[in-house]
Amino acid sequence: MPIVECDAVNKIYQQGRVEVAALQDINLHIPEGAFIALAGPSGSGKTTLLNLIGGLDTATSGTIRVVGKSMAKLTQTQLAQLRLSQVGFVFQSYNLIPVLSAQENVEFVMLLQGIPAAERTGRARSILDTVGLKDKYKRRPAELSGGQQQRVAVARAIVANPAIVLADEPTANLDSKTGQGLLELMQQMNTERNVTFIFATHDQMVMQYAERVVYLKDGRIKTDTLKQHRDKVEPK
Amino acid sequence: MSIEVKMAWRNLWRNTRRTVLTIAAIAFACLLLVFMLSWQFGTYDVMINTAVGIHSGHLQVQAKGYNDKQAVYQVVPDPASVSAAVAGVPQVTAHTLRAKAFAMASSARRTYGAMAVGIAPASEAAVSTLAKLIFEGEFLAKTDTDQALAGRLLAQNLKIGLGEELVLLGQGRDGSVAATVVKIKGIINSGQDVFDRSTVLIPLGLFQESFAMQGTVHEVVLRCRSLQDVAPVKLQLQDKLAAQIKSDTLVVLDWTELMPGLLESIKLDLVSGFIFYFILIIVVAFSILNTFLMSVFERTREFGVMLAMGTTPGRLTRILLFESSSMTLIGILIGALAGAAVTQYFAVHGIAIADAAEILREFGLPERIHPRLSILSVTIGSGIVLVITFTTTLYPAFKVRRLIPVQALRA
Repeated sequence: MPIVECDAVNKIYQQGRVEVAALQDINLHIPEGAFIALAGPSGSGKTTLLNLIGGLDTATSGTIRVVGKSMAKLTQTQLAQLRLSQVGFVFQSYNLIPVLSAQENVEFVMLLQGIPAAERTGRARSILDTVGLKDKYKRRPAELSGGQQQRVAVARAIVANPAIVLADEPTANLDSKTGQGLLELMQQMNTERNVTFIFATHDQMVMQYAERVVYLKDGRIKTDTLKQHRDKVEPK
Repeated sequence: MSIEVKMAWRNLWRNTRRTVLTIAAIAFACLLLVFMLSWQFGTYDVMINTAVGIHSGHLQVQAKGYNDKQAVYQVVPDPASVSAAVAGVPQVTAHTLRAKAFAMASSARRTYGAMAVGIAPASEAAVSTLAKLIFEGEFLAKTDTDQALAGRLLAQNLKIGLGEELVLLGQGRDGSVAATVVKIKGIINSGQDVFDRSTVLIPLGLFQESFAMQGTVHEVVLRCRSLQDVAPVKLQLQDKLAAQIKSDTLVVLDWTELMPGLLESIKLDLVSGFIFYFILIIVVAFSILNTFLMSVFERTREFGVMLAMGTTPGRLTRILLFESSSMTLIGILIGALAGAAVTQYFAVHGIAIADAAEILREFGLPERIHPRLSILSVTIGSGIVLVITFTTTLYPAFKVRRLIPVQALRA
């Protein structure tokens, strides 16, 4: 059963008196454990689609089901609950909470889930070790490099064992080597934990790592390519 | 400390200068309120004690209805029993007897209406400040029988001086004509024109004889240790009079009933003070609202991320409210403590009214006004600041509840 189902999804924004169709007739089914890239130029609608899947925005028409739940039928609180339990986010500009340390940023999601303090600390440190940030627990975001901050963001996204991680241009602010390291990390999470990763990207490297690339242009799906094998990526 | 509390606390210090300035504004408003309220309470004490000293005493025992009609026949029939009852109340420091009647006062040249007051000089000096308000001449002595003190303006109007004769003509308690001749022994200047324009003080014995009082008086005037003693003494005395004298024709009146005008003017002053304080607090509240709105706007994207992660709007509001209340409480605490310290200093040392010491002394007022620090003056101002600033911060704290995650993330 697909973990994400988009059927005849349209999203229209009102800009003054003009209606702008950000997404038109999107039909997309993503199976559990997928590692998929939504590609396309700026303004193609990939971030909008990601936001709709994550319940951050609502579709103008059509149906979106995530882990079997129809997003249109959920209240804001239920959407928040769904995001908390099933969805992790990784943003282009990291978006860590600046006043919290790396460990506290990772712990924050578990705090929202009501996990006891001792367990939170253990799990946060363990995941930070996994993403290669041992001994950086107490560092604030401003004291970490871009790559390190994005690793914290990935750790934050997966620490609560979500079913899906939605990553919006996760490598855009990183150099290629750091970006590749991060993609390998996410690929590892995908393989080991069977977490579904959906990327919105125009980075070729991300597309090379993805097993399926959905190409959008002007709010429509132009191509949907399923690779037999993931491309072998050479460090740049 | 939970992550939320840490977060709120650290957010507070993200922009140290802004937070410090906001806390300083709250603290300053609080300091000012504590001091100003204490100053007002202090001046009210002076006003009341001065008025009580000249006129009414803290409490009076009178015949029922006398305070309204002031008829000469409405008397305390057995002043000795009332004196005995009063003497047994420990908070009462002194008491005296008075009798009053309207009379025509005639000098050799002029005639004016006056209030003739019979006083017992020795006990009067212990109860009131009249003895200290002598402008010219001397206060009455216990042995004086036909001498009088006149108010400064009355003496001026009558064109009468020390040693000159004054004729008093009025109506006695029994309806007979009351007439007596007295010699001016002193001129009184209380600074209160109504009193100075209309009062003639004569020995109580002479008054009782002239006005056919037959040993009765109109007022038994009491002085208590402090204003705070007035209410309990009043209750105690009411019970005592009822039990000992078994009279329901006597009433115990406190200074607020005896001088309702004074109480009204204090209330009026307090209200105008509060209007000023309210404006001050509103100005401070707007500055806090501005600070807090700025702080919330700056972090819209951060809130978007938190909402995307699954933070409920209610939780976001709680974090913000914790932030704002910490800031407010720090400001209030600093302001209240600093205000109490400053007020306490001036409560001990007093504040001299520049160039007015001599005039004040002349009217029996203290040369220095001492603000009165009390729990009330510290808590009222701080409480109002707390309520208004907290209410102000509710707006931005609840505004974040309306954030739409996707829009907040684009901010």
